[in-house]
Amino acid sequence: MQQLFGIIFTTSFAYSILRVSTPLILAGMAAVVSERAGVANIAIEGMMLISALTGVVISAATQNCFVGVLAGVAGGMVVSLILAYFILQLKANNIMCGLAVNAIAKGGTVFVLYLLTGSKGASTALNSLTVPKVDIPLLKDIPVLGEIFSGQSILTYTAILLVAVMHVFIFRTRTGIRISAVGENEKAVGSVGVSVIKTRYTALIISGFFSGLAGVFLSMSYMSGFTANMTSGRGFIALAANSMGQNTPWGTLLAALVFGAADSAANYLQVLAVPAQFIQMIPYATTILGITLYSVFKVRKEKKIKMKMLGMQQ
Amino acid sequence: MNEDLLVMSKITKIYPNGVMANDKVDFSVRTGEIHALMGENGAGKSTLMNILYGEHQPEEGDIFIEGQKIKINSPNDAIMHGIGMVHQHFMLVPSLSVAQNIYLGKEPRKNGLIDTKEMIKQAEEIARKYNFNILPTARVADIPVGMKQKVEILKALVGGAKILILDEPTAVLTPQETEELFHELKEFKKKGHTIIFISHKLKEIKQICDRITIMKNGRSMGTYNMEDMDEKSISRLMVGRDVIKSVEKKRAKPGETVLKVEDLSCINEDGKHAVNHINLKVRRGEILGIAGVEGNGQSEFVECISGIRKDYKGRVSICGQYVDRLSIKKIRKAGLSHISEDRMSYGVAVEASISDNLISDKLGEDMIGHGPILSHKKIASLSADLVDKFLIKCSSYKQPVSMLSGGNMQKVVVAREFAREPAIMIANQPSRGVDVGATEFIHKKLVEIRDNGAAVLLISADLNEVMELSDSLAVFYGGEVVAYFEDSKNVTEEELGYYMLGLMKQPEDIILGLG
Repeated sequence: MQQLFGIIFTTSFAYSILRVSTPLILAGMAAVVSERAGVANIAIEGMMLISALTGVVISAATQNCFVGVLAGVAGGMVVSLILAYFILQLKANNIMCGLAVNAIAKGGTVFVLYLLTGSKGASTALNSLTVPKVDIPLLKDIPVLGEIFSGQSILTYTAILLVAVMHVFIFRTRTGIRISAVGENEKAVGSVGVSVIKTRYTALIISGFFSGLAGVFLSMSYMSGFTANMTSGRGFIALAANSMGQNTPWGTLLAALVFGAADSAANYLQVLAVPAQFIQMIPYATTILGITLYSVFKVRKEKKIKMKMLGMQQ
Repeated sequence: MNEDLLVMSKITKIYPNGVMANDKVDFSVRTGEIHALMGENGAGKSTLMNILYGEHQPEEGDIFIEGQKIKINSPNDAIMHGIGMVHQHFMLVPSLSVAQNIYLGKEPRKNGLIDTKEMIKQAEEIARKYNFNILPTARVADIPVGMKQKVEILKALVGGAKILILDEPTAVLTPQETEELFHELKEFKKKGHTIIFISHKLKEIKQICDRITIMKNGRSMGTYNMEDMDEKSISRLMVGRDVIKSVEKKRAKPGETVLKVEDLSCINEDGKHAVNHINLKVRRGEILGIAGVEGNGQSEFVECISGIRKDYKGRVSICGQYVDRLSIKKIRKAGLSHISEDRMSYGVAVEASISDNLISDKLGEDMIGHGPILSHKKIASLSADLVDKFLIKCSSYKQPVSMLSGGNMQKVVVAREFAREPAIMIANQPSRGVDVGATEFIHKKLVEIRDNGAAVLLISADLNEVMELSDSLAVFYGGEVVAYFEDSKNVTEEELGYYMLGLMKQPEDIILGLG
């Protein structure tokens, strides 16, 4: 037990929570914007995977990290544009389309990887780049806080910054309000002469942007290179984080940190004499537990208030 | 004043399913008038207005504004030409504020961001200009129906509407709210706005409209000056016969108690004591009417006894058997049928066929199959029989319910609920949004099952309806029964009004006669 606390209460553990949470935060934003527009986007997972590979390949080819990141993000946006065309224009079912994207991404990335490197597992043969980590001046000299918050990947800082941007975008801009309105009552938006389809296109492309960034982070920062199926369900955990975060950017960020903490604990606890499979289960079990507890408390609270009022009346 | 502002000429609309909704309809309105558009459900009024608002495209016909021919391909075009529409089902976003809804799509901005302060200021200004009482910062989900409608109207005005289409605006309003709305509409008229007013209610139209256009079966029956018309001549043009206003029925012979409600209380979603210690019984062979201004606990009360709502206190029994908090299926098995006030949510499955809707409560019963296996033959004969008996106007019972007019949709509900031969029929706003012909039909059916020995509980906001149909009458106010009349003939409309508005309350011992 002491060994456990020794592991958990360290600055390096806190540092790793931020790092592990970054892809969840970014993918969470992808979920926020699509969910608000009323399109459940389960293709985040697949888009992340495609972007992760694109980023690696282009950065290796151009030997420019920034171009690699851009290419990866663009990859995510292109896929989401295609997805949007099928869902919005051809009126295909969004869950089926999402499943298709995920299946194509899972097989397709390995196929392309094999074509380029001859390996079906990892992109070690490619000399891909990673996004640099930066020390924050002043902050890095503060004990504890400096060790946790400084020296993270540029993408981690970008992610947190983008959460703030998303907050302003959703609640303070016309497009943001329209996206939320479309999700709630598309007829209301249509009746004032705003195009419902255009609004949803915008939302899905933004969703693709965030999925792309999340994917790029995985292959160009979290790890240096692409491995088959490296997203391992993070796109779906992001959907869960969004629903726990009640479709708000800051709420989703918080939920993503909770899942990130569980994930990171799983990494750390592998040194203990507990079966690895059990530990790998922790983030998913936490997800289910978290959502269940949240709902149970909410329902109970409502019931309690009601019964109390009825009792008082007697 | 007598210049035609808007002319719709020879409009023909044929829906993909082959229904000719508009057949060479001519329609015109003048500047600054309130123009009534009347007709039964399915007469083509809504289609005509949807064409004017750009939501449908006509097969033939032209639209002119101020003599100029225009094309309206989308609501956006309509808005640009100064046409605004207030839909019957509100087009609002519940989680946004009143001001956000009014300015949806055209929010004032500063530095690229929405200027919330300015938006609220502008909303207050325009509300003041038109004498509207609204709270710009309140969430739309939290405001009453009457205010929601005002938000819709303001939304159209902010869009620059000179011609305002109101689709059955009073259907959801209390009498007081209706009065307020009429007052506001007269103000608009003074300010030079033109109003197209769609309604079923003869009295209201008589009260505020200048001219009237009547539609029947997709055709215009002509436009008339209001002062030249009386209620009888209007209804003759609408339905092609004189509407018999009173339902013929014999005196009730009440038998033993069927539905008994003991000390029922419940709290609704807004945390309000919606129902307060209600005791009530309905006997065989009688129609008990519940009158009251909407929102005084009627909806919650019905939800409790029909099993939709379970978190209440008190007991409910049907024919001596307690059914409180049982599943809806068990309650129905005990003999309860329910015509819901919310047709679209609880009445029908809109996308399903007429016959699927008709059998939806009979699955697993021998009426439509053999054990768990459905019999297409039995379903076909049952559906055909019910469509026939309940005069549901459709091309086939396989047609989706969404293709039917409001009145025919309600007939589908009525047919399903009556087919069970219930011990207690709960009819909640059975004629809401239903045309005169269908209303009359439903009323006859209610009297018929009463005569066959069923108990009927009728809830209606339409005073005429409750007074005419009910044998005995109770009045709801603030979630309580404030008056009970063993014989509904012993009360006048005026007297009822006092109880409905909470100005009077009967002594306890009389009300207890109900329980």
